This record gives sequence, C-alpha cells and structure tokens, in this order.
Amino acid sequence: MVAAHSAGVDRNTDRVAVVAASMTQFGERDGWIRDLLAEAGQACLADANATADEIDHLYVSNMASGEFEGQTGVPNALAHDLGAVPAYTARIDQTSSSGGAGIYAAWQSVASGASDCTLLVGGEKMTHRSTAEATDVIASLTHPAEYKHGVTLPSFAGLTARAYLDAYDAPRESLGAVAVKNHENGVDNPNAQFREAVELETVLESPIVADPLRLYDFCPITDGSAALLFVPESLAASYADEYAVVAGVAGATDTHVVHERPDPTTMGAVRDSGNAAFEMADREPADVDVAELHDMFTILELLQFEDLGFAQKGEGWRAAADGRTARDGEIPINTSGGLKSKGHPLGASGVAQAVEVYEQVLGEAGPRQVDADVGLACNVGGFGNCVTTTLLEVAE
Amino acid sequence: MTADSPEFAAAEYADGTVGYPPHPVNDDGAERVGTVDLSEHTAQVVTWTESTATPPGVREPNTLAIVAFEIGGNTVRAIGQTTDDVEIGQTVTPVYAAELRDPEAGVREPASQEWDGFRFRPVE
Repeated sequence: MVAAHSAGVDRNTDRVAVVAASMTQFGERDGWIRDLLAEAGQACLADANATADEIDHLYVSNMASGEFEGQTGVPNALAHDLGAVPAYTARIDQTSSSGGAGIYAAWQSVASGASDCTLLVGGEKMTHRSTAEATDVIASLTHPAEYKHGVTLPSFAGLTARAYLDAYDAPRESLGAVAVKNHENGVDNPNAQFREAVELETVLESPIVADPLRLYDFCPITDGSAALLFVPESLAASYADEYAVVAGVAGATDTHVVHERPDPTTMGAVRDSGNAAFEMADREPADVDVAELHDMFTILELLQFEDLGFAQKGEGWRAAADGRTARDGEIPINTSGGLKSKGHPLGASGVAQAVEVYEQVLGEAGPRQVDADVGLACNVGGFGNCVTTTLLEVAE
Repeated sequence: MTADSPEFAAAEYADGTVGYPPHPVNDDGAERVGTVDLSEHTAQVVTWTESTATPPGVREPNTLAIVAFEIGGNTVRAIGQTTDDVEIGQTVTPVYAAELRDPEAGVREPASQEWDGFRFRPVE
C-alpha cells in the first residue's frame, strides 16, 4: 500500500513520533477481544483525527486470544472492524511483554520507511476464565521442567521475593509500600480496574498467595485494550499539535528456565534492554522524569528499579518505603497505578504503560500529572524472560 | 538411578559445565556431551515458596524450592516441589515421584512432556 502522506518524509533525519494514544476501561468487561481491540483502535484514530484508510501497518499485541477465547487471527479481524483493509497486519506475541514488543515493531516499521502510519493496539480478554485457569494459561510459557511441578508466575515471584528479602535484609513492609503507592496512584486513573487506596496493614494481612507474598502483592486478572499511533516526525504536525518521539527502544531476552540465571534477584533482560534504550536515546537514568515499571508483582517493581539503574543493587526497596517513587517523589514510578491497580490485560499492558508515559510527557495526565519531559516504560514478559524498554520524550 | 527411579538427568557440556534441565548447548554454546544424575547428590535450598493458588491438577498448597547442587566445581540449580517445609540453606535430597501433577487437568498437551520427576526432601 502506498503511504498517503509519504511526500516530505526525510528517512535520514526523521524520528518516530507518537501522535495519539488511547486505552479502554480496564477491569471486567462485557466485550470480547474483537470488541476491546476495536474500541481502543477507534479511540486512538479519533485522538489524531485520522481515518483507518491512512493506516499502512496494523499490529496487535496479544498473548493468548486463542487459548482464552478461541479467537485467533485477531489482527485481520481488527483491520476489517476498523476499516483498515488492506493494511499490512501482524500479531505480536511476547507473552506479558507483547505490548512492549509491539512498540518495538511499530517503531521499526516507521523508522525503516516500511510504513508512514502504524497503529498498534494491545489487548486481552481474560476475566471469563477462573483465576486457576488464567494462571495456567500464563504458566504455559514455562519450561516442561518447571510446568510439571506446578510452577506459576506468582510462585516465581514468591521464590524471588524471599531470596531478595534474605539477601538484602529488606523488610517485608518495603514490598507492601509498593502496593500502597500504586493503589494510591490508581485512585486518580479513571480507567484503572481498582480505584481504592489500601493501607499497609491491609496488604500485610491479606491472604498468602505465594509466601512471603500476599494477595495485594499481585496484579488482578483483567480485560482491556490500549493503542498508540506512530508516524514519521515530519508528518506529526498533520496529526497533532503536540506529540512525543520514541527517543529509545530496545528489547532483550533472558533464560527460558528461570532458575538457570546466576542471581535470582537480577533481571538481566531488564538491564540489557534498559542499557540499549538509554544508549539509543543518549540518556541516562537521571534524565528520566517518570517511569512505568511492570509491577505484575510488587517485587518486580523493585528489581526493575535497580536493574534499570535507578538504584544500586539491593537498595531499590528503600525507594518506595522512603517515598522517593511516590507521585511527589524524586522519580515517580507507576503514576497510572501500575499493573497492580490499573490491571494487567496481558497484551495491552505494555501499550498502556506507554500511553501513561505519553500523557505524562505531553502534560495530559490530569490529577496524576507530574513534571515530566522524559518518560520510560519497561514491559516484562514471563518472569523477566523477555523485556522491552521504551523512552518517550515530548517533542520540542 | 534404580529400577523404580529413573535418573535425574542434568547435561554435561563440552566445556565441563553441568546444567539442568538439559539443552542442546549451554549458554556459551558448548555442546552437550553427557549426562550427570543429580539423584545421587544432595543440594542446598536457595529459596522457597508455598503457593496457595495453584493451577488445575496441581496439589494445594504447593511448596516449591530452587536448590543448588555442587558437582565437580559446578553449581547446578534445579527447581521442584518439596516433600516437607524447608528453609534457605537447608540440605535436601531428591526423591522420585511418578506423577507431579495431573497431566489431563492443565492446558498443556499431556503427550508433549513427561510428568514424573524429583521432589526435594530435607535431610535430617
């Protein structure tokens, strides 16, 4: 398909711009995967006053629509439902980091010149399944040597949290502080699944799920969708008065078998993808004003905070406990409420993280707004198995 | 390994390292050249958890541990269910179980993998 706006694009100097963003209500939704994807996709196009026939590439970030719902082929379905035929379509599956991987693919499509308008829509429909069934679908990403023992993602979190607390003499309350902070942020996010603040005592007395972690250390099971629109920066002004640019984006993998990593408290793919994204952006952690980290479990926020370079190894637990990562702290983390409060519809989560960063750097985050020109999103698949880190900056 | 208990097979690689579970090559690209039976060794508990929300076909609660074997200068880690409560640093020994979870209850195709294996029992 010939790009409608290709005149004036400079492949040598153009950066990739994000000109529109949307997300649906997260939570228990009546719609199925096609409905959720179309809702976010239409809202994103409307945000840019764009029409579906302008889309060159359409990517859908989704982990398991076939397993959850028996609906495969969702990119083609979405293209038809949006009226985007004959746009090129592809499904991006990288488990929980499908959204981040979708950002990387969307960036590549525009940066390479293959597309002058790429719509990325992430989504998942999960809540019609029981917690046990949904947990098993997610756990199917594990190695057979793990799966046969009943290893789940929550059990990896329990194993890692115990190792972390023991290795660094961190108090159990430091994990609870992450949950308290992110629930407090979620109160001001109208699209969050949970909009209720919780007390530390409530977190620490909630039922044990994977000792030492309790119910409030875990994200919920969620339905939802989110979308972003990518164009060459030279075309951005025709879509939006203000926009963000992808300053850095990079992905990395770690071992499939989690126990084979040298240190259970280090997320190598977070470190590697973060370093590469910072290098691409010519930035360092001190330049980041706001970040969305993949807090599927409270322990993961601490590990990413350290492995992205915001704190020394073993010191990350102090940040939430001391208020440094609060909305009025020196480096606000998960102003959206994070996966913990906002919810975690697998394929949508990485896209929704970037939606929050986009709104923050453009000053559109409403009551959640912090002073931010540069933001970071770190999207984690498996238990650190696959990671994409993205840096967005407001275009000057 | 006995007639009633298959070997707990870790891979020996061409560069002398040992790893579990076996892969065609190790992280440095060295090819697998042999097998080490971990059931003949004891290990130390690195970390553990008791999971109370388990998937279909899995015992509840399900106590799991990551353990470390020291074999010929190599640290070989493994994950598995435990037979009893454990603590970090405790010594455990592998104990064979013919079926660790119900193969028919989960989402994975039963024929796609083995379902027997080794739990870890604390050494008195």
